[in-house]
Parts: sequence; C-alpha cells; structure tokens
Amino acid sequence: MKPGGRRTDLLLTVMMAVLFLAAWQWAIWFFTIPPIVIPAPLAVLGALRDGIVTGELPAQFLVTFGEVVMGFLAGAVLGLAWGVLVGLFPLMERLVYPYIVAFQTVPKVAIAPIIVIWFGYGMTSKVIITATIAFFPVLANTIVGLRAAPRDQVELLIALTASRWQIFRLVRFPQALPYIFVGLDVAIVLAVIGAIVGEFVGAQAGLGYLILQRDFNLDMAGVFAILLILSVLGIGLHSLVTGLQRRVVFWMDYTGDRTVGA
Amino acid sequence: MPDVTVPSPPLIRAVRLNKIYPVQDGEPIVALKDVDFDISCGEFVTVVGPSGCGKSTLLKIMAGILPGGTGSLTLGGAAITGPSRHVGVVFQAPVLLPWRTVLENVLLPIDVQRRGRAAHLERAHELLRMVGLDGFASRYPAELSGGMQQRVGIVRALVHDPDLLLMDEPFGALDAMTREQMNLDLLRIWATNGKTIMLVTHSIPEAVFLADRVIVMSPRPGRIIDTISVALPRPRALSMMSTPEFGVLTEAIRGHFGALGALDT
Repeated sequence: MKPGGRRTDLLLTVMMAVLFLAAWQWAIWFFTIPPIVIPAPLAVLGALRDGIVTGELPAQFLVTFGEVVMGFLAGAVLGLAWGVLVGLFPLMERLVYPYIVAFQTVPKVAIAPIIVIWFGYGMTSKVIITATIAFFPVLANTIVGLRAAPRDQVELLIALTASRWQIFRLVRFPQALPYIFVGLDVAIVLAVIGAIVGEFVGAQAGLGYLILQRDFNLDMAGVFAILLILSVLGIGLHSLVTGLQRRVVFWMDYTGDRTVGA
Repeated sequence: MPDVTVPSPPLIRAVRLNKIYPVQDGEPIVALKDVDFDISCGEFVTVVGPSGCGKSTLLKIMAGILPGGTGSLTLGGAAITGPSRHVGVVFQAPVLLPWRTVLENVLLPIDVQRRGRAAHLERAHELLRMVGLDGFASRYPAELSGGMQQRVGIVRALVHDPDLLLMDEPFGALDAMTREQMNLDLLRIWATNGKTIMLVTHSIPEAVFLADRVIVMSPRPGRIIDTISVALPRPRALSMMSTPEFGVLTEAIRGHFGALGALDT
C-alpha cells in the first residue's frame, strides 16, 4: 500500500469517529435519552478521566493486562510446541489431534467456572482461561503452516542430504511463520476476551470485574469508559503482533492485511 | 570433438533399470523399462523424450530423491541408495528460499552439508560473477527475474563443487530468448568447470545443442530407444542450430517420436 493511501485512510477513520461521536452526543440531547440507557460521549470521557485520576482504572487495567499477556504467552507457547510436535510427527496427529479438536469444541466460557473453582478467584484462573482460548488458533495455524512447505523446496533439501531436523529448520518452519503469525494475531484478540470472561465468572480485580460492579450501580458512562480501554488494548496488541509479523516475515507481501480474524 | 582416445571409466552406469509405480485398483505404471546407459566423467548428456516418458523419474532416482526400482544404478562404482553430497541438482523451477538473499541461497548446500561458509564465499561470488549476478548477491529472490532466479539455482547446484550436475528441464519455464542465453551460459560454465552434466529436456533442439550425447526415450513405459552422438564442434554458437548437420540430428530424433506417434510434427 502507498504511504499516501495509508495516511488518507487514517484521516478518514478519524473523521468518521468525530462525526459518529458528534451525532451520538446530539442524539442523546435531542431525544433526551436517560444516561442509564446510553451515556453521552462527554460523560464517558468524564468517567474515563475520573477513573484515571483516582488510579482505579490504571490499577484494574494492569491486572487484566497481566492476565492477557501471561495467558496469551502461555497459550501461544503451548500451541506452537504442540503444533510443531503434531506437524513433525504424523503419528502424534492421529493420536492427539482428535482430542485437541474435541477440547476445542467445548465452549471455554462453559468450563471457565470449573477453572475458577479449581484455581481460585485470583489471576491464575484467568491466565489459564485465557491460555486455553489462545492455544487453539496458534496450534491449528502452526500445523497447517508446517504442511505449507512446497514439495520442491523439501525435495531440494532432501537432494542436498539434509536431515529431518535441517528440513524443519531451513524450510518447514520459516515457511510456517506467516501462518503462525495469523494464529498469534487471532489469539491475542481472543486473549482479551478470555481474560474478561474469566473475570465475569469470578474475580476480585480487573476491568471485567469492574464492569460488573459498575453495571450493578447502573454507571453506564463508567462501563463505556472501560469498553473504550478494552478496545484500545485490543487494537494495540493486534498492531503489536502485525508489526512484529512485518519484521519477521519480511518476504511476504502485505497488501490485503486488514482482517482481525476473531 | 568428443575425446575418444582416452577411455575413462563411466561415472554413472545404469543396468536394466526398472521403476514401477503401484496404482491402487489398476495396472501398475511402468515408468522406466530396462534402462541401460553409461555416462563418462566430464560428459554432457541430455535426455529427451515426450511428457510422461519417465525422464524426470530417472533423474530423481539418480538424485536419490526417489527410491530406485530393480536393476543397478551406480555413481563412481557405488550404488545410488540416497542423495549424495557429490551431486548437484537443478529443478525446473528455481526453488529459491524467499527469506534468504541470493548469496545465502547459493550457500544453502554449504550450510546443509556443514562445509563452512567462509571457505566457500569466494567460490560463491566467483560463480555469481560468471553468470553476471555478483551485483545481486544481497538481493532477495523476489527482486530477480525468472531467468536470473534460475541462474542462481544453477550456481547453487555448483557451489559445493559436485562431480555430477543433474538438471531437470531447467529452462522449461523460461521464454525462448532467455532460454537460448541460458543454454550458452550453461555451456560456458560446463567448459570452465569440467563437470559431468545430465540434463533432461523435452526440447529436441536444446538436447542436441548442449550435448555430447543425446539419450532418446520413448513414451510410457520409458525405454531408451536411441543414443545419438553429437559431433558438432565446441564451443557451440546459436548459429549452429541452422546448419544442415544440426538439422540431420534433430530430424533423426523427431523421426523416432514420429514413428511412435508421440509427436504431431
């Protein structure tokens, strides 16, 4: 994409946001919508400022952020490791993969209460829930990616007397990297969802916990302020992964990289 | 003129080589049937035949990528049971790794076979210079044209100084003009390096233009139906393709295929 095109896109996005917020503010004033149904944008900004000044939002953000990052890392590392095992040893695929798929079909939201009972109301249970959600996209994409190596590249390595490990290191793994990054991108967005779901089920801290609390108090502006933070967090993490992808998988063409995929 | 006074022992000897692919619920496919040939050290042999005549199968067996069938196939007196460090292979596609620079791609055999990059850097640059690509050493394959990529593929096959160079329709994907230039480049490399080359092609003029000897194969089951010595002088120039001698040789090969109904011309 041309740099000029990117700048124009950004400008359009910002303009859309300003227009949308203005219309929102106007509609609430014009139709006199009560703040417990939908808060006005200015009220949301006020709640955001108050939350930051009192230190409540930063403190709760750090809890959720920690859960997201740790859960994502754990899920990604496990997904990558199992993906490599399954991708390298066809026997592993036949033995393990059906069970992994069966595990994936169980909604993680449904097992979240069990994990909370097992691991308590602290961060550990949230990290585990997040990890179980982040695990699968990384696993599935690693397996597919390790199969993506073109036959002629593998044959070239075989003809050069390469060992199985060399074929993996020199061709299969680099060839799988674009797929792995797609998995990581999906996983990091899901990780935010995982942490919030975990906090909904049972927690003593975190932005999800705070949403429930403010919900009970009918503090809609406060809830919206948190949603704003969560969405910024999701966008930030997504950009981090795609930025890393651009550096690592530098040989790929990036036009059309617009999907979040979650 | 081919040197007939010094009889060197064959580098490669195939005796009654057969290769059969089993097919589920059906007749097995006979890819190679009783294939016999010798290739001497330093010889340039081309194998020509219609699509599906098993010529690529033969080359892949020689490269150790495919297991051989029955019969014997030896390289320097030893049976070929798998890939060899002393063989270089060039495929129809350049098969370059997109995340490696041109130089790193050329050094791939060195890395795989742990021969030490430092000791081979000079040779890699020299070979790149020979094909006019030394200025592209730090570029990535995507920045190169198809002909340049294929030249990198050839240089890569030569970097570890193999005794035998196997080429599987290496210029099949190139346009006619690039292809002729590549033929000349290849002959120049061969003259400088003195390698033994076996090149598979379906182009009859290319087979004759490059070779000391042309092995002519029939369509399935793949058999050798003739071996034609090319006594054209070297170094060869493209203008030779319009000489009567050249025409006689290509006509002889075409005649074989015509008799088998494998060609329309």
